[in-house]
Amino acid sequence: MAPTEPKPATGDKKPDEKKPKIGKPRNYDLGNGIYRFSRTRVYHKKALYKFVGKKVAATKKPVKALTAVKPIGGEKNGEKRVVLLKKRRNYYPTEDKISKRPAKKCFKQHKRSLRTSIKPGTILILLAGPHKGKRVVFLKQLYSGLLLITGPFKINACPLRRISQRYVIGTQTRIDISGVKIPDTIDDTYFRRERKKRAKKEEGDIFSTKKESYKVSDQRKADQKIVDKEIIGAIKKNPERKLLYAYLATMFGLRSSQYPHRMKF
Amino acid sequence: MPFRRFVETGRIALIADGPQKGKLASIVDIIDQTRVLIDGPGSNVPRQQVRLNQLHLTKFRVKFPYTASTRIVRKAWKEAKINEKWSDSMWAKKLEAKEKRAALSDFDRFKLRRARSMRNKIRSQAFFSIRKASSRNGALYGKKKMAKGGDKPKVKKGGKAEKTAAKKK
Repeated sequence: MAPTEPKPATGDKKPDEKKPKIGKPRNYDLGNGIYRFSRTRVYHKKALYKFVGKKVAATKKPVKALTAVKPIGGEKNGEKRVVLLKKRRNYYPTEDKISKRPAKKCFKQHKRSLRTSIKPGTILILLAGPHKGKRVVFLKQLYSGLLLITGPFKINACPLRRISQRYVIGTQTRIDISGVKIPDTIDDTYFRRERKKRAKKEEGDIFSTKKESYKVSDQRKADQKIVDKEIIGAIKKNPERKLLYAYLATMFGLRSSQYPHRMKF
Repeated sequence: MPFRRFVETGRIALIADGPQKGKLASIVDIIDQTRVLIDGPGSNVPRQQVRLNQLHLTKFRVKFPYTASTRIVRKAWKEAKINEKWSDSMWAKKLEAKEKRAALSDFDRFKLRRARSMRNKIRSQAFFSIRKASSRNGALYGKKKMAKGGDKPKVKKGGKAEKTAAKKK
């Protein structure tokens, strides 16, 4: 590439020459501090030679009085007093006012955005978590901003889950899930981790208690069944249902000389 | 082998880089060792100078005098049917295929993979059945070593014959 010539930085905007406004200087900056007319040009344009050697008497403005003298009654009051015409402030605060600052933005006030490539029904490729590499169906965005997804479980064993859109590639393939109803109970609190209360000290040995492994609750199993049925019904309506089924069931992977930043999804 | 494609007046070239990337143009004049004047009235390339390392020369050439006007270049271009010849060429077809491949979505790639594996399955099945038949009737390994049950010959020295058969395909 040939080196491009540095362009001169354009300075202030030129004033309209067609409609000269009163009070605007005819001289203007061409950029880099160079003016359109030189000093001598300006001298002639302004006809400054007319004023050389002449002195104009400065006009004097009448000074307004700040104080007034007022007579005061009573014997021992000195008869008169100088009073300010403009009253001074009657209150000077000793401390600065406490100004209200805008409240800090909480997480719940954050704006939830969704990548344009991701819409309800889009097939996503998961990039993180235990299900990474799987192709799943995006259902909706939750209040927390996380994406609600499902495998469906029956096809690729990915259950109803939440995932950040950072860990996802949105594909162009979409299933029409406009008619699909997801149970209202499935929200952020639904997916919260359950915290069990600690066993009290008095009961038994501390070491004898075992950690309980995670078990899928019956509620989740039932919800999964409902959602799976709906989503699979939506897939079946697609003209390419057989291929879609296989597509969702297979894992995503990169072959040699395949670069994700150069590929379209 | 001598060179066949020269930087010369009337040589059709593919613009490989720059704002006109992917379009055809013909060389009208040579400015110096690295730059030429091009014009592509048949492919919407305005007359301009281009560095030679941005051009890929094609096998096509049209005839007109150097520094000919766009009107004359257009006439020569049309008469030589450059656009049709180019779209028929292997080069253009490969470029088109490359573009198509790059535009495939993830689902399309999956479908392509499926179709390919399906085709390969059919092809290898056909091959195996032919091999079996020809090894049984003696066309493959000779009448003496004819296989009775399967498609493998009765070889004493080892499975060399098998390997050569696989290589043929």
